[in-house]
Amino acid sequence: MAASDYQPVIGLEVHAQLLTRGKIFCGCSTQFGSPPNHNTCPVCLGMPGVLPVLNKRVVEFAVRVGLALGCTVRKTSVWSRKNYFYPDLPKGYQITQYDQPICEGGKLTIDVDGTTKDIRIRRIHMEEDAGKSVHDAVGGESLVDLNRAGVPLLEIVSEPDIRSSEEAVEYLKSLRDVLVYLGVNDGNMEEGSLRCDANVSVMRKGSSTLGQRTELKNMNSFRFVRQAIDYEIARQIEVLESGGKVVQETRLWDVQRGETRPMRSKEDAHDYRYFPEPDLPPLHVSDALIDEVGRSLPELPRAKARRFLSQYGLPAYDVKILCAERPLADFFEACAGQYKDYKKLSNWFLGELMRLLNEKGGSISSLKVQPAQLAALLSSVDKGEISANAGKDVLAEMFRTGRDPASIIAEKGLGQVSDAAVIEAAVDDAIAKNQGEVEKYRAGKKQVLGFFVGQVMKAMKGKGNPALINEMLKKKLG
Amino acid sequence: MTPEIIDLSMLELSAKLARREVSSVEATRDCLGRIERVDAKVRAFLRVDAKGALAAAEASDARRKANAPLSPLDGVPIALKDIFLTEGVETTAGSRILAGFIPPYDATVVALLKGAGLPIVGKANQDEFAMGSSTELSAFFPTHNPWDLTRAPGGSSGGSAAAVASREVFGALGTDTGGSIRQPAALTNTVGIKPTYGRVSRYGVIAFASSLDQVGPITRTVADAAALLQAIAVHDPRDSTSSTESVPDYLSGLEGGVAGMKLGVPREYFVPGMDPEVEQAVRSAAAELEKLGAKIIDVSLPHTRFALATYYLIAPAEASSNLARYDGVRYGFRALAAGGLREMYFQTRAAGFGPEVKRRIMLGTYALSAGYYDAYYLKAQKVRTLIRRDFLTAFEQVDAILSPTSPVTAFKLGEKLEDPLAMYLMDIFTLPCNLAGIPGMSVPCGFSKAGLPIGLQILGRHFDEARVLRIGRAFERDHDFAGRAPKL
Repeated sequence: MAASDYQPVIGLEVHAQLLTRGKIFCGCSTQFGSPPNHNTCPVCLGMPGVLPVLNKRVVEFAVRVGLALGCTVRKTSVWSRKNYFYPDLPKGYQITQYDQPICEGGKLTIDVDGTTKDIRIRRIHMEEDAGKSVHDAVGGESLVDLNRAGVPLLEIVSEPDIRSSEEAVEYLKSLRDVLVYLGVNDGNMEEGSLRCDANVSVMRKGSSTLGQRTELKNMNSFRFVRQAIDYEIARQIEVLESGGKVVQETRLWDVQRGETRPMRSKEDAHDYRYFPEPDLPPLHVSDALIDEVGRSLPELPRAKARRFLSQYGLPAYDVKILCAERPLADFFEACAGQYKDYKKLSNWFLGELMRLLNEKGGSISSLKVQPAQLAALLSSVDKGEISANAGKDVLAEMFRTGRDPASIIAEKGLGQVSDAAVIEAAVDDAIAKNQGEVEKYRAGKKQVLGFFVGQVMKAMKGKGNPALINEMLKKKLG
Repeated sequence: MTPEIIDLSMLELSAKLARREVSSVEATRDCLGRIERVDAKVRAFLRVDAKGALAAAEASDARRKANAPLSPLDGVPIALKDIFLTEGVETTAGSRILAGFIPPYDATVVALLKGAGLPIVGKANQDEFAMGSSTELSAFFPTHNPWDLTRAPGGSSGGSAAAVASREVFGALGTDTGGSIRQPAALTNTVGIKPTYGRVSRYGVIAFASSLDQVGPITRTVADAAALLQAIAVHDPRDSTSSTESVPDYLSGLEGGVAGMKLGVPREYFVPGMDPEVEQAVRSAAAELEKLGAKIIDVSLPHTRFALATYYLIAPAEASSNLARYDGVRYGFRALAAGGLREMYFQTRAAGFGPEVKRRIMLGTYALSAGYYDAYYLKAQKVRTLIRRDFLTAFEQVDAILSPTSPVTAFKLGEKLEDPLAMYLMDIFTLPCNLAGIPGMSVPCGFSKAGLPIGLQILGRHFDEARVLRIGRAFERDHDFAGRAPKL
C-alpha cells in the first residue's frame, strides 16, 4: 500500500505557562531569566514541612481559557499528586489535576484548506512546572535550577481530531493566538512558555480501529512540530508496510538528526501513583467567578476576524494579519474610528507600519504614534497636502519621535504646492522650452506626458501636486 | 526551702513569673540542670539548645521587668518534638536521612511559641518520621519511660512525653497521626491532646501522613494543655487545611464540670486481650464522672474494627509520597555513590531510612500502584468515611466519648520490636480519632499495681476541644496524678 492509503490521527497536549506574577503554590516570582535558583523559597524548593497555598489568579486564568474554548467548568475539581523521582522535581511529586480537571469538553475552530474544522478539547487542567536540570555545565556534574519549579501551567488536551501536521500546526497557532489574546500566556515556544507534545498514530483509510500511538516530545517550534509529526507518520507507515508493529512509546524529536527516537517504552513507563493531594482541599469554583470571567472575556481572534471582514470590508489576507495580535487589531480600530478609508488604512498598516516595526524593532503596545496622528497623516495625503512618498518619511519620523505629522511636514517643507498659478507658470515654461516634444504629443504620442510631468516636478523641486500638474498639462497640450 | 521550680505546672510558673518571684532564666536553668542529671537515663532529648533557651529566657525576663510580657506563658521553657522545623537548629524527625539538616525557617507553631516568649530548651526524641509507638524506632537511640527505665515511653512523641513526665521541661509539643501524642501521654502520666484536624497549623511540621497529622501539647495538667493549645490554635494562611473556625477561650470554661453532660462509652473499645487493670481504671473513671453529674451512655462505633487496616493503607500511602523528597539532591544525607543518579537515590534512601520507614514506604507505594489503587487506597477512603460517620452518629446521642487511650500500660523496651503488627495494635484505640478528624485527649486516670500510668481517652466533636478539656479537668480535679513524679 502507499502512504496515501493511511490516515494519520493526531492529538496534541499543550502546556502553557501562565502569566501570573507569582508561582502557583507560593509567592515566588515567575520572571524568566533570573539567576539560577533566585526565584525560590522553602515551598518551591520542597523543603521538609512546607505546604502549598493556591494562587487564585491561576484558577481565574484557567477559567478564562476554559470559557474561551467553550469548555464546561467544574464546580469542584480535585488536586492530585503525580509521583516520580527526578532531581528537578523537588517534592518527588508534581501537584496536578488528574481525574477531576477544572475544565472539560470544548472546541477550537481552525482553518483548513479554505474551510473550517472544529478540533474538540478533551480537558484543561492546572499544574505546577518542574525545575530544570543542566547537564555537564560544570565538569561532568548535573546542576538543578528551580526557578521554574512551581510556575503555573495549563495543560490543554485535544481529542485525536487532527489529521495532518498542517492541521496540528494550525491548531497550535490558533490556540496560541487565543492564549495570547486572553493575556494568559506569552506564546513563546522557544523559551518554553508554550510546549507541545503530540500523540500520533496512523490507520488504514476506511478502517475503524485506531493504530498504536506514540507520544512525541521536545518540539519547541511550529516548524519542529510539523517536521516531527511528518517524520513520525512516515516512520509508522514504513514500520507497518514492512510488516512490523508500532510500539507504544515516548519519542523525542532530535533537532540535529531531524528524526524522532525512542525515549522510553511502555514497559518502563512510570506508574505515577496518582492520588488526591491531601494538602489542598478540593477546589470550588463559584458561579460568580465563572460569570465574572465570562463577562470580562475579550473578543477572540476568530470572532474579531469575522467582524473585521464585515465591518471594515477588508480582504481576508489583511484581516488575518491585523487580527493576529490583539494590540495591532486594537490600534487599527482606534485609527479606523478617525479615518474611514479602511482599505487604505490597512495598506499603511501592512506596508509602512509593519515595515517600521520589523526594521526598527518595538511592539505595537509601545508605539509612540497615536491613532489620531496616523489618521491626520493619511488625511494630509488624501487632501494632496503631501505626496504619498513624503507621507512615508513623515510616518518614519512620527514612529521615531511621536511628533505630530503637521509639525514634521512644516519643518521639512514637505507640503505640496497646489497653487494653480504657480503650477501654470511651471507648465507654461516647460511647454515653451520643449516645442519638439509638444509636436510629438500632439501627433498622438501620449506617453510624452510623463516627460512633461517630470520636467514640471523638477522645476518645482518635487513639491508640485501631481494630480494638478497632470490636469494642467493635458489642458495646455490639448 | 520552696518546692523546686521544676515541679510547678506551666500556669503556676507563669503566675510566679508574673509576680517576679521566679525568673525565666532560673526556670530554664532548672530545666537544663534536671536534663543534665536525668537525661542520660531517660534520653528524651536528641538536642539541647542551652544557649538559645537561656538567651530567650533573658529576653523574657527583660520583658517581665518592663511589664510587657508577650503572652501569659512568656518565659515558660518547653521542648519540641524533633519533627518541628526550628530555624538554625538541626531538625531530623529522628531520621538519619535528615542528619545535619539545619532548617531555613521556623514552623508556624514554633514561630507562635517564640512569639509568645517561650524558651525552647531542646528537640525531643521520636520514632523516625513519627512512625512508631515506642520511640525505639528513632534512628539515634530509644527513649526510656521515666516510670520504669526498662520500658518504652510510647510514641512516636515519646521524647516529648518523657521530658514532661521526668520534669525536664514544663510542657512540650508533639504530633499525633494515629495516637502519637495520646498514647505516650497515657504511658507517662501526662496530659496529651490531639486537636481537631485543621485546628493547628501543619506548616513546618515534617509530614508523615498529611490528612491525619495534627500538632498538640503534652503537659502535666489539663489547664496547661489548654493554655498551650490556646497559644498554637491559630488559623494559618500557609496551611490550606488550617481551619478558620473561631477559637474559644479554652481556660475560661475549664472548671465548668460535667453535670448534665452525656458521655458515651463505646463497647468496641473494650476488647479481649486488653490489660484488665487498664479496663478497670477507665471504667472507674467513667463511674467517677457519673458521680460528678455526667450521664454515662453505652454507644456503638461499629466500624472500629476496620480502623487499623484503613489507617495502615492511608497513612503509608501518603507517607510514601511525602517522603519522596528525601532523595539526597538538595538537603540532608546523600550517599556518595558512583554510578549515577539512580544509584545515588538507591543508596541514599537505603542508608538514610530505617526499616519501619522503608516498610511503610513499600506498603504505601503498593497501595497506590496502578491496578491496586481501587482495591486498597480508594476502599480505605470509603471506610474512613464510615468511621467518621460512626462518630457523627454517636455524637447525636452523646457530648463526648470515653475510652482507654492504650490497651496496655508501658511495655518493655524491645518487646514489640520484632513484631510490627503487635506494635501497630498499640494504637488501636487512638487511630479512629485521626481517621475521623475529631479531637482526642489522654488524661492520667490511674496506675497499675506495678506502678505504671494509665490514660483515659476523651473524644469530642469536631472543634469541641473546650468540652474535651473541661471533662478532663473535671476528672483531674479530684486526683493528684499531676503531683506524682517518677523517681529518677
